[in-house]
Amino acid sequence: MTAALELAVARQIGEFNLDVALTVESGMSVLFGPSGAGKSLTLALIAGLIRPDSGTITINGHVVTDCARRTYVSTQKRRIGMVFQDGLLLPHRSVIDNVALAVRQTRGRRARRAVARSWLERVGAEGLADRRPGSLSGGQRQRVALARGLAGDPALVLLDEPLSALDAEVRRELRKLIRGVIISSSVPAVLVTHDAEEAEELGDVIIGYNRGRVTGARVVDRPVCPGPASGAPESTGRA
Amino acid sequence: MTGLVPHSWLNALGIPPWVWGPLSVSLHAAIEATLVVAVVGCALGFLLAKGSFPGRGAIETAFSLPMALPPTVVGWYLLTQMGGPGPVRSAEVSLFGHPLTFTFTGIVVAQIVESFPYCLRFSRAAISGVDARFEQAARAMGLPQWRIALLVTLPLARRGVVAGAVMAFGRALGDFGATMIVAGSVPMATTMPIALYNAVFFGSHGQAMVLALVQLAVAFGLLFGVSRLGKVRPW
Repeated sequence: MTAALELAVARQIGEFNLDVALTVESGMSVLFGPSGAGKSLTLALIAGLIRPDSGTITINGHVVTDCARRTYVSTQKRRIGMVFQDGLLLPHRSVIDNVALAVRQTRGRRARRAVARSWLERVGAEGLADRRPGSLSGGQRQRVALARGLAGDPALVLLDEPLSALDAEVRRELRKLIRGVIISSSVPAVLVTHDAEEAEELGDVIIGYNRGRVTGARVVDRPVCPGPASGAPESTGRA
Repeated sequence: MTGLVPHSWLNALGIPPWVWGPLSVSLHAAIEATLVVAVVGCALGFLLAKGSFPGRGAIETAFSLPMALPPTVVGWYLLTQMGGPGPVRSAEVSLFGHPLTFTFTGIVVAQIVESFPYCLRFSRAAISGVDARFEQAARAMGLPQWRIALLVTLPLARRGVVAGAVMAFGRALGDFGATMIVAGSVPMATTMPIALYNAVFFGSHGQAMVLALVQLAVAFGLLFGVSRLGKVRPW
């Protein structure tokens, strides 16, 4: 089976040195560790927003970064979906436009908006379609950001601390939603968090991070795994 | 303005030809100059803000020189290039059939050169100020670079870009030195500032006062509009 993500990269930023290797097979993999451990930097490298100094990144069997061969596939062509900490919804576009702009699999405004609307329904945000992001609560914004991250039929979804700016009650509510939507859509996902409870609740595999290194990986014991047909998740981190 | 509003209406409103004539030339030239400056200035501002090529600072400085130079110096260079022998004049003749000095188009060219730095610098600053994370999010959404520019960067920078265009329009409308040297004071190509200069020169102080008041009102309106831009809710 082709891994959803294979990564072995190094990047030096000032005095901080990131040197990690990990494999993500399916389900939700959580990069867990303290702030400044290099988790978000790893996501940026996977997304192609930053180039590593050395190493390779493979998404769904396609090499997207290979420093030795000077291969750098642009972020746009990596078929990823991203959910950022503060949503980063375009403030000048309506909610439906924000999601529709991310739809890659169909052409034409009407078809894109139809796909966007179905994703808004899946995240419970169908009533927000015509609103502007500025008028949404933090929780509503992250629901829309999740819909946008998934609307483009991505091969991999990257979630960069999507709940850290929300209050405890909304966080609990959205954890269930995120896990439910990600697992039911069978898209492998990598989530970054420094919250242990969140990592346990959301992750199929928890990959520990500290000071730019992977410290270990653990499969979360779940009574019933609602994962995709491929079976139990097999993500690993190599220290 | 006279092209848009019938002369009879202007006469009925009591606006004399010595006001609406120069005002018409000024507005017409400034609108044409601003259209050119807005498109080219914004495009160059985008390149300077987002590009990573050597010599960006030198390019911005070169295009900003008219801000620091006396308008008469700018006018002199334009006159010698547009009116003197050389490739610029040859290009004018092949394109327009005649040199552009002492013509309406010459006024537009002078105003483009004088107002360009305002649009360029406002646009560059506004585009540089756009939170790059929105552009990163758009890249992750799969949008190609040109769509990110049109759908994300420029809309987010729009207040600065519009303010730059308005300032450029104001600068074009108020230009005296460069316009005077390039186009002089020929009939049908006399702008408001030159009309005011002529009125003072020939001792028509009443006319000068009216022409000054009209320009004051236009400048006030423009600056008030720019200040309102800053107070409008962004979205």
